Order: sequence, then structure tokens, then C-alpha cells
Amino acid sequence: MRKLMMSAAALALAATGAMAEVKVGMITTLSGGGAGLGIDVRDGFLLAIEQSGRDDITVVIEDDQQKPDIAVQLSDKMIQSEKVDVMTGIIWSNLAMAVVPGAVAQGKFYLSPNAGPSALAGKGCNPNYFNVAWQNDNLHEAAGAYANSAGYRNSFILAPNYPAGQDALTGYKRFYEGALAGEIYTQIGQTDYAAEIAQIRASGADSVFFFLPGGMGISFLKQYADSGVGLPVVGPGFSFDQGILQAVGAAALGVVNTSQWSKDLDNPANVAFVASFQEKYGRLPSLYASQGFDTANLLISALEKADVSDADAFREALRAADFASTRGAFRFGPNHHPIQTIYAREVIREGDVFTNKVIGVALEDHADAYAPECRM
Amino acid sequence: MSGILIAEQILNGLQAGVMLFLMAAGLTLIFGVMGLINLAHGSLYMLGAFAAAWVAGATGSFGLALIAALAGAALAGVLIEVLVIRRLYGAAHLDQVLATFALILILSEGTRLVFGSFPLYLDIPPALAGPVTLPGGIRYPLYRLALIGAGLLVAVFLWWLTVRTRIGIRIRAGENDREMIAALGVDISRLYTIVFALGAALAGLAGALVGAIQSVQVGMGEPVLILAFVVIVIGGIGSIRGAFVGALLVGLTDTLGGIFLPELFKLFMAPDVATRAGASLASMAIYILMSLVLIWRPSGLFGARA
Repeated sequence: MRKLMMSAAALALAATGAMAEVKVGMITTLSGGGAGLGIDVRDGFLLAIEQSGRDDITVVIEDDQQKPDIAVQLSDKMIQSEKVDVMTGIIWSNLAMAVVPGAVAQGKFYLSPNAGPSALAGKGCNPNYFNVAWQNDNLHEAAGAYANSAGYRNSFILAPNYPAGQDALTGYKRFYEGALAGEIYTQIGQTDYAAEIAQIRASGADSVFFFLPGGMGISFLKQYADSGVGLPVVGPGFSFDQGILQAVGAAALGVVNTSQWSKDLDNPANVAFVASFQEKYGRLPSLYASQGFDTANLLISALEKADVSDADAFREALRAADFASTRGAFRFGPNHHPIQTIYAREVIREGDVFTNKVIGVALEDHADAYAPECRM
Repeated sequence: MSGILIAEQILNGLQAGVMLFLMAAGLTLIFGVMGLINLAHGSLYMLGAFAAAWVAGATGSFGLALIAALAGAALAGVLIEVLVIRRLYGAAHLDQVLATFALILILSEGTRLVFGSFPLYLDIPPALAGPVTLPGGIRYPLYRLALIGAGLLVAVFLWWLTVRTRIGIRIRAGENDREMIAALGVDISRLYTIVFALGAALAGLAGALVGAIQSVQVGMGEPVLILAFVVIVIGGIGSIRGAFVGALLVGLTDTLGGIFLPELFKLFMAPDVATRAGASLASMAIYILMSLVLIWRPSGLFGARA
């Protein structure tokens, strides 16, 4: 009896192999305070799969709860029992560092829809790891470049005291040419910025740069607006994302932020994406949703050229990045990270919705600083 | 570093302290009277903020939002006490911690199911928006001054409640000897429900007041909960006076430490190393304060002698 069942299972396996089914494992954050980001990545990804009309792509979705240990457990499960071919979904850099090196070492492909830690872009790059979003420093570098062009000469800069926060200030300073009126590391998860705002007021700065993702940014912006300091603010697009702008409200109006994507980018792929996302989910897409959507389209474009079981051909097909990205021109650098244009956006009000409008290019065709360290 | 900046930072420390007091007062009352470690106190703070954001969004009135926060959190407190906590009074502290931790998870994900994963919007009422100029030329946000005022009012109310009213006498008696007041005919289970609801309402009020200048989102209560525990350990568990003094100490240490430690380090270090090291030490400052207080007075500043 057991023998019979086993041969039946083998037959079933052989059958799926013949249809060239592809199994995608998505580990992302779907609960807790950071859930908004993961939900947008998932929804963007699934929308692209649905629009492709391909029913041979199965997506297994799991919630990492924003915890590295859970992400590692899920990754083991997906690789060993679910036998996925491609993995994706992780939002946070510390989780990516826990999962990605192990997954690619076991021969899986990993397509990052968000996290882009410098360690995976430089010495730790891998032929099977592709980042479809950005290297972590990129949007901060663009903010520094924008500050130069806006004529800011004396910036006050702040970020949380953890690796991505330190990368942010490093990235800003890499391109910003003026002096620093002050540099502060805040506590991670900090919710009150009265003390920092008092320092900004007393510092004689002419502008403020901050990287405070999620709820930290909402708190800072509301308190900053109420303090009446009134200096111009610039930051990466994360704190001005569609998901959180409504919670910041009028306090964000007029703030310039940098992003590789914006809702109003005028290319056919983006116009269609924004309309179909809104129709399907009843809300405006965010930066994260666009990254999820692009990640799925990259995957689909590669599957049309090569079978995932032929790793070398599939890798070449991914590297070609032959898909219509929502952000317009998109190609991979030698370390499999994007070379792309990063825009300056301004927060505006459209009716009763707060959103972003592109006001210019911050960095044209920008590649990350770590690519020269990558050997593969 | 100017005098104005220092004065402004002291105001900031006071404001953080009085809001922390609203959280810590409820936590210390519940532990003092009922002997219960309530980890879900942070969730009640979150529920207050969500109730306020929801009502403010529907009606546009901040006053109604505050009433909703008080009522919503108190109601949630009564439900939690009757359905869950009541079974835990005889249990070991570890069981209480486990059950109230489960409540955190249930309330957080329940809130997410109802309100979604994106932060809600709650704004300062227009009458309190913007900065005012104080004597000495300090420009300070009016809303934060209002928070200090509100916190002090609640402190006076709690003093009046515990010292001057019958329910206050029962609460204090309950802290001293639970069996005895039960034997004297006080309905102890009703007293517990009232104390729990009062603590919950204070947490909800703090959530709504602070929510207007922060992000109203799932999980917002847990960082505050940790600080509130530090406060009641410093102040002495069960003592409202201790919670008040402890909250101000923690608020001032946290705020001033974050500003002055990096400046201090800059005297003998490179600026960028000093900022990073100063920030790291500042985030430890309140725990160092707690250790020092415990070495000096093991049961806290105003704790009953062991």
C-alpha cells in the first residue's frame, strides 16, 4: 500500500514537473506595526501575477511578524518542505540579512522587493540575489543631491541609532556638499521628538534632513509642524509614503522627498498599474506596492525566456530585466542592484487625499556605491 | 547651549513625565490593590488612541474624542477584568504575565482587523495648535503646555480620590490588607473591577492625548508600557505619589540625557563618535537611574518597606 502511494506521489511530482509549475515563496510582514509595507508589497506582487494570466505560478505567502528568527524558520520550511524555486517579500534589512545568504547558498533565487542592505550589494553579493527596489543608501544620496540643488548650506540631520539609520546619514553626507548644523541619532522606536526639535530650533540650520521610517516619521512630522520651526525639510520617500501620508495630514504638505517611483510618473506601465491597483484594492498604491508589482513582472519576464530549473539561463533572463517597469527605465548593475533615476517629489493635497507630485530629477541613472566591491 | 534651550528641554521632560504618570498611575494602582502584573496596560493605551482617532474622524470634535477614549478604554477594562483577569487573582505572577501577554496579541491583531494596518490620523485641536511665546522668549507648542496642565489635573484628581473619598479609602485599605476588607463586608470583586476600569481609563486618556502628536498605530502602547514599569519600580510599587515622582524623574532623565550626554562626550571625543556613543548611553540612562534607586532604596522611593 505504502509503495503504491509513493509511486502515486512520484507520478504527481513528475506531472507537475512536466507542466513547469513555478513555486514562489513570499515571506513578508503582515502583522504588527510594520504590516502596511508587507501588505502593499504582497498586493502589488499578486496583482502582476493575476494580470499576467499565468496559472502555473503558485505563490506561498507567510507572515514573518517583522522578527528575524521567524523569517529564518519560514525560509527553512519553504525551502525544505514547500520546495519553492524563487523567494521574495522581505521588507526589513535585518530580516533579509538573516534569510537571504542561506537561501541563495542553497541554490534558490531571491528577488528583493524592498530591503537592500549594503552587505548584500558589496562583498556579500550573490549571482542568485537580485534587488528590484534600491540599495539602502540610494534615496538618502538623492536627498543629499537635492539639498545641493536647492541651495541648502547648513543642514541639521537625524536618524535612528541602528545600522539603516547610520547608512542613511552616511548616504546623505556622501552627496551633500554643505556644512552640518547638527547630527543626531535618536532611539529606535522613539515617539517624542520635542528635545530634537528644540535643538534644531537653536542650531541655526537652514534645512532639516531626516530618516525616520514608519510611525517615527509620523510623530516627528506632526510635532515639527506644530513647533513652528518652519525650516524646509527633505527626506527619503519612506516617510512620505501613500500608506502613512494620511496619518501625517497637513503637517507633510510641501515637504520634498526622494523616491525612484511616484504615482504620477508618466509611462504606460505606471498609468496602467496605478489605475488597476486602485480598482482592485480601493486605495492608491504606494512605493512598496510598485516594488512588489515590478518584482513580479521581472519574474514573469524571466519565466517567459527560460525555465527556472535551468538556473544559468534563468539567471541570464533575470539579469536582462526585460520588463516594463512602473518607474520607467530600469536595468541591473554588475551587483544585481538597480541603476535607475531617483526623483524629487513634493507632498500635495488632491481633493481630500494627500499624495506626492514629481518636481524634478534628484539623481539620473544612479548606481550604488558598493558595486565595485562585488565579485561574482 | 543657551538658557532658553535648557528651559525648553526641561519643559519637554516635564511633559513626557506627566504623560508617563497617567500610564504608571493605573499600572501601580492595579498592581498595588489587585496584586496583578498587567502587561496589557499598553494595549489599553492603544485602544484609547484608536477610539479617539475614530471619533475625531467621524465628528471632528477633540472633546468628544477624549470622552470616547476614556469611555472606550474603561469599557474595555471592565470587559477584560470580568472575562479574563478575574480568574487570575489566585494565580502565580508568571501565569498572569502569560495571560496578559496573550491579551496584548489578541488586542493588537483585533485592532488591526477592525481598523486596518495603516496608521490613523488624529490631530491637535485647532485652538491648541502652534507655538506660544513664554516669558523669557521661549517659543513652546501650546498643546504640550496643555498636556502638562492635563497631567497635573489628573494627579490632583487622583490625590483627591484616594485621600478624600470613600472609594479611595477602600482602595488604600485594599492595598494594605485584602482579606481584612473583604471580611469587613466590602464587595472586593466590584472594587477590583472599578480599580481596573480606572487604570484603563487613565491609560486610554494618555493614549488619546499623546496620539494627537504621535502616530496612532497598532503596537504603540508597548514602548510606553516598558517605561511605565520602570517608573513604578523607581517610585515604589503601589504608590501613586511614587508613580508621580518616578514619572517626572524618568521623563526628565530621558529627555535631558538624550541632549546633554552627546554634548558632554563631545568635550573629549570626535563629534560623530560622541553623537553615536552619547545616543547609546542616553538610551540606557533611565535603566541606570532605576538601578541606582534600587541600590539606594530596594523597594523604590515611596514603596512600602519590605
